[in-house]
Amino acid sequence: MSTLSDRPANPVVGEAVPHGDAVDHVTGAALYTDDLVGRTKDLLHAYPVSVPHAHALVTRLDTAPAYDVPGVVRVLTVDDVPGVNDSNINHDEPLFPTEIMFYGHPVCWVLGETLEAARLGAAAVEVDCEELPSIVTIPEAIAAESFQGRAPTVSRGDVDAGMAAATHVFSGTWEASGQEQFYLETQASIAYVDESGQVFIHSSTQNPSETQEIAAHVLDLSSSEVTVQCLRMGGGFGGKETQANGYAAIAALGAKLTGRPVRVRLNRNQDIQFTGKRPDFLSTWQAGFDDDGHLLALKVVLTADGGWSLDLCQPVLSRALCHIDNAYWIPNIQAHGRIAKTNRTSHTAFRGFGGPQGMLVTENILGTVAPQLGLTGEEIRQRNFYRSADQTTPYGQRVRQIERLHQIWDELLTGSDFAQRQQEIERFNATHDDTKRAIAATPVKFGISFNKSSMNQGGALVLVYKDGSVLVNHGGTEMGQGLHTKMLQVAATALGLPLSKVRLAPTRTDKVPNTSATSASTGADLNGGAVKHACDQIRDRLAVVAGGFLGVPPADVRFADGTAYGLNSEREPIPWEELVRTAYLQRIQLHAAGYYRTEGLEWNEETYQGSPFKYFSYGAAVAEVEVDGFTGAYRNRRVDIVHDVGDSLSPLIDIGQIEGAFVQGAGWLTLEDQRWDAGDGPTRGRFSTQAASTYKLPSFSEMPEVFNVTMFKNATEEGAIYGSKAVGEPPLMLPFSVREALRKAANAFGPAGTSVHLASPATPEAVFWAIEAARAELPNDVAAQQIPNAADAEQRVPSGV
Amino acid sequence: MTDPASPLGVTVNGQPREFTDAAHTNLLDWLRSEGLTGAKEGCAEGECGACSVLVARPDGDDSTRWTALNACLVPAAAFAGQEIVTSEGLGSPDALHPVQQEMAVRGGSQCGYCTPGFVCSMAAEYYRPERTARPETAQTNTGSEREDEERIFTSEHGANGFDLHALSGNLCRCTGYRPIRDAAYALGDVPAEDPLGARCNGPAPAAEPTSYELDGRRFVRPASLTEALEILRDNPDAVPVAGCTDWGVDVNIKSARADLVVGLDQLPELRTLEENDSYVELGAGLTLSEIERALDGRIPLLDKLFPQFASRLIRNGATIGGNLGTGSPIGDTPPALLALDAELVLVGLDGVRVVPLADYFTGYRQTVLAAGELIQAVRIPLPLSGITAFHKIAKRRFDDISSVAIGYAIDVADGVVRKARIGLGGVAATPLRATAVEAALVGKPWTAETVRAAAALLQEEGTPMDDHRASSKYRRAMLGTSLRKIYAETASQEGDVA
Repeated sequence: MSTLSDRPANPVVGEAVPHGDAVDHVTGAALYTDDLVGRTKDLLHAYPVSVPHAHALVTRLDTAPAYDVPGVVRVLTVDDVPGVNDSNINHDEPLFPTEIMFYGHPVCWVLGETLEAARLGAAAVEVDCEELPSIVTIPEAIAAESFQGRAPTVSRGDVDAGMAAATHVFSGTWEASGQEQFYLETQASIAYVDESGQVFIHSSTQNPSETQEIAAHVLDLSSSEVTVQCLRMGGGFGGKETQANGYAAIAALGAKLTGRPVRVRLNRNQDIQFTGKRPDFLSTWQAGFDDDGHLLALKVVLTADGGWSLDLCQPVLSRALCHIDNAYWIPNIQAHGRIAKTNRTSHTAFRGFGGPQGMLVTENILGTVAPQLGLTGEEIRQRNFYRSADQTTPYGQRVRQIERLHQIWDELLTGSDFAQRQQEIERFNATHDDTKRAIAATPVKFGISFNKSSMNQGGALVLVYKDGSVLVNHGGTEMGQGLHTKMLQVAATALGLPLSKVRLAPTRTDKVPNTSATSASTGADLNGGAVKHACDQIRDRLAVVAGGFLGVPPADVRFADGTAYGLNSEREPIPWEELVRTAYLQRIQLHAAGYYRTEGLEWNEETYQGSPFKYFSYGAAVAEVEVDGFTGAYRNRRVDIVHDVGDSLSPLIDIGQIEGAFVQGAGWLTLEDQRWDAGDGPTRGRFSTQAASTYKLPSFSEMPEVFNVTMFKNATEEGAIYGSKAVGEPPLMLPFSVREALRKAANAFGPAGTSVHLASPATPEAVFWAIEAARAELPNDVAAQQIPNAADAEQRVPSGV
Repeated sequence: MTDPASPLGVTVNGQPREFTDAAHTNLLDWLRSEGLTGAKEGCAEGECGACSVLVARPDGDDSTRWTALNACLVPAAAFAGQEIVTSEGLGSPDALHPVQQEMAVRGGSQCGYCTPGFVCSMAAEYYRPERTARPETAQTNTGSEREDEERIFTSEHGANGFDLHALSGNLCRCTGYRPIRDAAYALGDVPAEDPLGARCNGPAPAAEPTSYELDGRRFVRPASLTEALEILRDNPDAVPVAGCTDWGVDVNIKSARADLVVGLDQLPELRTLEENDSYVELGAGLTLSEIERALDGRIPLLDKLFPQFASRLIRNGATIGGNLGTGSPIGDTPPALLALDAELVLVGLDGVRVVPLADYFTGYRQTVLAAGELIQAVRIPLPLSGITAFHKIAKRRFDDISSVAIGYAIDVADGVVRKARIGLGGVAATPLRATAVEAALVGKPWTAETVRAAAALLQEEGTPMDDHRASSKYRRAMLGTSLRKIYAETASQEGDVA
């Protein structure tokens, strides 16, 4: 067994400590990139010239009028780019486009002494365009055969034979809406050329190394001439994994050309209009079941909306295909994926990274067909759970620890009094015609590691100074998920120090190079492994020094509570500071670079087979809702969760991640309603919910009224940092339980056995139409009494099943 | 080109500062330019609350109420002579404020970007003088209706008296809110020695008449209503503002700029509240929060409206006159006020006139207000009807814009409808009264059959449209179900009165 998971006595990991920056957060002392504006002398502000067409050729661009605006200093255009005119590693996203590819696409940027001057300058720039035909929906893209990237297939068994053997075959087509990241801090960068001539960029980025590479290739510089620092982010959620790069490059280009610091900060409307989102997925499916509800065969075509360029949609699609099974054994499966190319923003990562979209397909199928097979949603799910690790996933990976899911499921249903509450709800529903309640449970199995094996590496640099103080640098970024807090706990544990003795420096590419994006929930696994590796090296060197004083072999030296002591040694423990000072005088190296690579991964991009994940995270949730039959509005009465984070590195942080992901996922599934103008008017292609007033995030009213979150106990993960598991993304999919509860509640307005389709997001309007569909199943005389609104047939949305 | 402005004095976190920027500069941008970067811009339209700060507002003549506002919406020039506290002023890393302490230790912050705003909104509720711990309630049987009511109540109200609606205008994308709620509910009473608590025992700074000009653009706060009317007469393009919850959005999002902005919100003539045997009269310059407090449940229909009207942060700034002055078809007060048969007192230099609200709206954002005329007050006639409701259809329960809003005031005596007033919003270019439905109800027995027939008529009112908030079909359906919902509720509360 790896020693990576072994915890020493009294470890600092596992302590429920607040976020390391909490005190700075609450007092406003914590600085974010744009807070540096007032601290930066002679700063210029950048403002984009945004073109209001979905698809058009730029035929004339006249920047001269901008220079007549007082305060305008420079207009950045494609002619200013010394290197590559591209803001993405796929080389398909011109930083300064000549072809407008989505509504609002910025064509050039104006630098001004004030933001107001830059804005007025941008308004003065003259752009002529020749409009081109546009594709703004997935069905339009399919009709036009407009696709991009590769179209892979995951398959196993014989899907046609499985379907033929099935006694019940269902099929359907539906589109599930994407999601806007809506990090509270919009994209922001400040760049300047520093005193040594290198380009220094403050960027709100999840991926400093890639931001560095993009800025370098735009400026025709080497990576060693560009440094990127990420102080902290006001949220990322995947939306700053690639999307920050272009804005950092604009700031860097402006700084290089003018010699002055340049600030790029998108306002909210710009941020929503310009940046990629969780892609919409259109799924066409056919599923075959036996009489007992076992899923024998599943055939799916997933079409992701990639938007105007590929960005991360290829790996997003991979993750969707690798999660379509969720927790279920599907003996015969064929899942084909493709990426539509549309005139929308270039869609990208969002917490879960395609996993949620893939899992939603199967969860929707199970929820839809259960009543038609005479089963509850929980029965059909449990019957289809993977039973043993020998039942491999469709892509061939063993489902290790599947017994954990069974334990979690049992513990959850028992602990939440599921059966008793189900009976109470039936009694309630029998006596309430206009209000229905429902309770539902759903599971999560989520693979941890980047699908792409090479990305699974992390680095750290730990410095111990002569006075004994410790400074930790690592390659991960802090976006609120508490990674830095966990890394401090890891370092303190590895060095046997109290948490207060270790400090953490902002993430910088000149400290730790070639880092992967902080994403895919891997931040703590990769960087924790690297931090521990660095600390272990230092500790081992100090053990030699200490062993001499303690009279024990180095292997018998232990570090705890700021001292080193020897096993079975009579001598006094040595205080950390004294040991460090002594080691320095003995010319012992007091700093170390740490490195970690995840072992045992294999993935074949051609066959879509392998074992791409280090392990699976498991969890399950029970949600109870109440739905108003008059409006479709609902309340989330109670949620219970049991989730597997391994042995938690930091319980307060992990609970926060589980709850936050749950509410964010519930937002995706029930509330956050993206609308794109698909009409033929002048605003075709516009994202019409581009503001906080029209795009509604969950607020207090969406928090479950009762919210019980439990971490699965005794869950040591062998081979992961201090026995923990990743936590960022997996809980985002727990609110499938809310969606299924809403569907059940809608069904309850119809006769027994009713099964309605529920659109995603399940807004009050969507729920109302589901209720109307259920009521339409009632016998006429009952319906006349109960249907509160004699809505005519055309008012109902067609069933998706 | 530059008219040098006289600096405006504003007290921030107890320190005097001077405002010398462009007249349209909002309070948030100014504070940040002063190095106070705790308050953040998250949306620039008063939806997310990351910019929330505390302002010392009058609470009667002799005391002060710390009032949380969206700093992004209001011009900084409107705060001449005022006292503002930001997250930096509440406490420091070495000396946390109780609100900051609870938020920090309970996991109330993750990315931290929304946190200073939450802290300010939470502090305002911490200092709210009416906040008192409520007595412990007895345990009730599982599954009972009372337990259900208790569960809903405690999900929005702490045992310490904390009203979670104080935070309805603050968005957090990270935490899922549970630890923030725990922090709020963990707050104790305000100790007597707390300096901001003690500050509440003295009067708030008076509104300072202001005339500020830079580069030809002005912000003016007149000293009297007459002066305001004269300015509007002499400057037909001037933009009158109160809480700026609409105008601030135009400035930030649509880059609207005006040569002259006139602040009306503190004019004493617009801030009266009068009640006699015939009517209750609400000064147009009173904020929704002030009205809510002053009426204290006196007008039940408005009490049903208030928690659904935007957020506490917006209600603290937005005035009832402003909500009517913008003439929006989806403002939330018009449907309620139409149901209440409200009248508007309009004032100009020639005097006042009284116009029924039902006659006030003439077209999309068009009203009968003449050039230079202002809304002085809203009159709600007495007595009030017995059955009232405010139905707001929206995607989110707190702080959303309605797709449809319906106000009801219905009198039923001896099982027969004697009077009915129904106000609608979101179904046409203007708010409107459903007069045909009203006529179909009056004189009829208050029965399911009557309601079904009237609901069918109500469903045909207006010309609701398809947009990102809702489909026209859904809006129509909601008109139809709404009346039946109110009937179902009254029937279940009072038995079938037919």
